[in-house]
Amino acid sequence: MWKLNEFKDNLAVITENGEKYTYAQLNAFCENLTSNIKERCLVFNLCRNEIGSLVGYVGFLNANIVPLMLKADLDDELLNECLNTYKPDYINVPSDMADRFTKFSKVFEGLNYTLLKTPFNHEFKLNEDLALLLTTSGSTGSPKLVRQSYKNIEANTKSIVEYLNLNETERAITTLPMNYTYGISIINTHLWVGASLILTEKGLMQKEFWTQLKDSNATSFGGVPYTYEMLYRLRFLRMDLPSLKYLTQAGGKLSPELHEKFAKWAIDNNKKFIVMYGQTEATARMSYLPAEKSLEKYGSMGIAIPGGKFSLIDVNGNEINQPNTIGELVYTGDNVTLGYAECGQDLQKGDERNGVLVTGDMAKFDEDGFFYIVGRKKRFLKIYGNRVNLDETERLIKTHFVEFDCACTGVDDSMKIFITDSNAKDEVISFISEKTGLNRQAFSVEFIKEIPKNEAGKTLYKHLEGLFVNV
Amino acid sequence: MSNLEKYTNAFVEAFEVTPQDATNLKYQDIKAWDSVGHMGLVSALEDAFDIMMETEDIIDLSSFEKGKEILSDKYEIDFSK
Repeated sequence: MWKLNEFKDNLAVITENGEKYTYAQLNAFCENLTSNIKERCLVFNLCRNEIGSLVGYVGFLNANIVPLMLKADLDDELLNECLNTYKPDYINVPSDMADRFTKFSKVFEGLNYTLLKTPFNHEFKLNEDLALLLTTSGSTGSPKLVRQSYKNIEANTKSIVEYLNLNETERAITTLPMNYTYGISIINTHLWVGASLILTEKGLMQKEFWTQLKDSNATSFGGVPYTYEMLYRLRFLRMDLPSLKYLTQAGGKLSPELHEKFAKWAIDNNKKFIVMYGQTEATARMSYLPAEKSLEKYGSMGIAIPGGKFSLIDVNGNEINQPNTIGELVYTGDNVTLGYAECGQDLQKGDERNGVLVTGDMAKFDEDGFFYIVGRKKRFLKIYGNRVNLDETERLIKTHFVEFDCACTGVDDSMKIFITDSNAKDEVISFISEKTGLNRQAFSVEFIKEIPKNEAGKTLYKHLEGLFVNV
Repeated sequence: MSNLEKYTNAFVEAFEVTPQDATNLKYQDIKAWDSVGHMGLVSALEDAFDIMMETEDIIDLSSFEKGKEILSDKYEIDFSK
């Protein structure tokens, strides 16, 4: 997958401590790790933005081993659910976590990561095209995974490299987790062209992040809508960051106001601001708004990436050819993933989508063919870039708090939870914030005497305050 | 309310912790104090003291103690009052 030796002497990685590794060194680390695994199998990679985690990801793909990427701080219960469902042969974890897995045996330790052997041996057959597994929501702990193939990753990586015009002089600093499709796509595209990755666990609200960005001469980073709200709040638009060449945005719809502000900033400062759209189901990316159109078309998610194609379908499944008509967005391209896995047996499934993804997002296009997301079909929110399914959240709450009823609605970055017990508000927020790993500020709880339902017992979300409008 | 009480209250509000727990807190000690929580804390402090914090101070506010230092040195908040 990765031709690391083509870029032998190029700088591959700069770590948080300032250590630098070339592509040749990265390759050696990968081989050291994967030489401990005899044949193709399933491995969990518990991710942090650290070298050990990167070596796992890159090494496993190169050695034809299939990693499931999970965040290292995933809730224990959810991790156990994934372990029991998919029964991986190995797990690669930060060494400071290794002692928690008392039943697994240590196989290899390096770069502060430890490879552990589980008691499982090839429990499920792996389809030969299967390269990588990612979670769909990551946070509500549904062990539903997206199955990505080698061809998917290669196709999407090449498209992104092409439209962003990347070369080996780039240096991206990590702002997104390595288990998150957008974070992975940044890694993929940079490795593809022999560019450098600056790995940091520090966030935008920490001084160390900005020091590293400047000291390592980062040329780009990516962010979800909430990232841009924070950047705006930090008065990023007034910062002097000479090495920075471009910023990308994905993971949900940025408000048109912020889109316009950052587009203007880019033009005034000779930088690029590129708004994009994608889903894990499409490997990562489906569209981008070319930087030169960023201001003129602010609010738009642009055009299909090279090699991809969009169409809109109406409720009867017919294609829409008129501009400014809303329909469901359908994407066609080689980066459309194989399908989902919900149990171990699903890992042997082949391609179920044949290159066509019905996105579940409602969109329109303008006279010039630029697309705009206007809503979504399914009941989920994007919270800080993470997909959070509202029905799953309800299920989690109802299972934990059996004594009262609840209903979840809201808008992106702000979920509203209605409950029928006026005393349980704090408890519910603590519980759901703990389960999802999302900050409690994303949730508000309202007391309601009774959840409005129709005769069939279905919750009438539209009757709940705030109506479920998802724009 | 004294300035220290106001200050502590901002942490209590932002992170749902007790005033006792607030006094030893550092960034990322608890889940609530991540980048999202940090924004909430800054807003709470700005409202409580009617100030506008500079970027360098926002990203330097890495603990309860550090925040006190920043507010007294740069925003003339007197914690003995």
